[in-house]
Amino acid sequence: MTTARLTRRVARKGLLNLAGLVVALVTLFPVLWMISTAFKPPAEILNLTPHPVPLHPTLANFRDVINGSVIGMPYWNFLKNSLFITISAVAISSLIALLAAVALARFRFRFRTTYAVMLLIVQMLPQQALVIALFIDFRSLKLLDSLAGLIAIYTAFALPVTIWMLRNFAAAVPRDLEEAAAIDGAGAWTVFWRILFPLVTPGLVATSVFAFIFAYNEFVFALTFISPSDTAKFTLPLYVQYFYGRNGANWGAIMAASTLFTVPVLAFFVLIQRRLASGLVAGAVKG
Amino acid sequence: MVKTESRRPGRSSSAGAVAGRLGTRRLLKSRPRPTGLTRRQRAAIWIRRHGIAPYLLLIPATAVIGGLILWPTVQIGLFSFQNYGLMQVIGVQPAQWVGFGNYSQILADPEFWLSLRISLLFAGVVVPLTMVFGTLVGLLLSRLGKKMAAFVSLSALLAWATPAVSASVIFAWLVDPDGGVVDWTLSKVPSWLGGGPQWAQFSWTNAALPAYTVLTVMLVWTGFPFIAVTVLAGLRTIPAELHEAARVDGAGPWRSFWRITYPLLKPVFLVLLLLSIIWDFGVFTQAYIITGSLGNRDEYNLGLYEYSRAFTQPPAYGTASAIALILTLILLVITVGYVRASVKQGAIR
Repeated sequence: MTTARLTRRVARKGLLNLAGLVVALVTLFPVLWMISTAFKPPAEILNLTPHPVPLHPTLANFRDVINGSVIGMPYWNFLKNSLFITISAVAISSLIALLAAVALARFRFRFRTTYAVMLLIVQMLPQQALVIALFIDFRSLKLLDSLAGLIAIYTAFALPVTIWMLRNFAAAVPRDLEEAAAIDGAGAWTVFWRILFPLVTPGLVATSVFAFIFAYNEFVFALTFISPSDTAKFTLPLYVQYFYGRNGANWGAIMAASTLFTVPVLAFFVLIQRRLASGLVAGAVKG
Repeated sequence: MVKTESRRPGRSSSAGAVAGRLGTRRLLKSRPRPTGLTRRQRAAIWIRRHGIAPYLLLIPATAVIGGLILWPTVQIGLFSFQNYGLMQVIGVQPAQWVGFGNYSQILADPEFWLSLRISLLFAGVVVPLTMVFGTLVGLLLSRLGKKMAAFVSLSALLAWATPAVSASVIFAWLVDPDGGVVDWTLSKVPSWLGGGPQWAQFSWTNAALPAYTVLTVMLVWTGFPFIAVTVLAGLRTIPAELHEAARVDGAGPWRSFWRITYPLLKPVFLVLLLLSIIWDFGVFTQAYIITGSLGNRDEYNLGLYEYSRAFTQPPAYGTASAIALILTLILLVITVGYVRASVKQGAIR
């Protein structure tokens, strides 16, 4: 290889790496800025010359958020609401979706394709449109200002994607295994529990992640169904938004609240990212 | 139950096989009641015989989706032809049918056309930007070394995974007139680059154009990772020889992209394009927070306009439903395209 070609190659590589670095840093910037602001004392936040790293890092913002001195209610209250709603919705929707996915992946019946297409269409319906009718229905069912109401909604809206993804996982399980078990005398129920279920579990984990993230982040229904006066029933996203609306200039505390809400999600995604990549591409996931 | 059904014998061979396996074939065929079976076993046989297992399995999902998604969609359609307001929701007055009254009212409302224009323009700007930037990052990822690629995809993953509410609050802080880093940076940029002291304390959320500029940057930031990762996955399916052969024949990267990569990944691009349109046209949470929680009427997009009609005083659920139906129909048209593209890709078997 001639030197000229070698230099060109090195220069090309350097340029690509530089581009990669710029993209990564620009992309990371908003999240890093949030975390950095959360550790800044008020004097540094109002300072006319912003610094990327806090000069005098403080935990005061986090303390204010956690003991609730800014909004009158501790952070744990909202975390508890969010986790309760999210975990319930994920558990219920996973169970229902598993049954439906088995039906779609393992049986041939009329309307099978229609059902799958229906799921694709349903997941695209705009939530800000349906919220009107659901608000009126839930009002008459006395399910407004109730965590149970949100669980029902989140279960329903997580279902189409969950069924769709799980169906692909269930279809990937080789049929021979089930047939072999059936020949050995296993009934339908045994085949399901002993063969299909263990093999679909990784898929169940992946779909639960999406259902979890959807329910944990959901805003429109929480905003509409939980009235602003009922602070104790706020979910985390509603709390962060309310907090932002009420404490316009207290950016340190707002960013601390937002950090406490966001960082667990991000950490979770980093941990599972490998398993995620395949699911991300496989299914059309609502964002 | 089994007795009555046994009058129509041998409907499906698999049911017969099951019965045989359980040693009940004879019992099923003969008239006497199959005494050796528990109620549960008899039910199982009956289900097998009629092939209704899939329908049973679909009951819970259908009930939940039907009750909480499909029925409300129908209701939106019904409300849109009624004068459904506060009196009707309390139950003081019954709802009256008003024909196309709500629709003609909306179509005569300049706010509707403004919000529709904002939604269309916004999607028209954000979708191409996200597609181009996402594709470029995808191509970049395919060329980077292992470590650098891992770093870039990690940062993209974090942007994608940031909840909409957090992203909105973070961007609101970045562009805050008092202490926000964007105004500070712009005020330091030399004036021949468009910067200058006039940017100090510039308010980004008081008018539609700056607010939607912020939203554009935010949605490109949130949306490009999905495109980049999907394009990267697509690139991995293209045999390396194709690009090598093109290079040997003297094709540059531009030509090689449009002649090889793009035609091969066309179905993937189509699906991504349609998904992006659906997401960006229907953007709500971020727009709600950045434009000030329904505070600025001239900054409404279609979703905010509809929501404000239903949930600010006095509530006009009928009118809001009509807007919601228009919004849904626009998205449905794009969704049909998306479903067709998915079918072509073999996603539905």
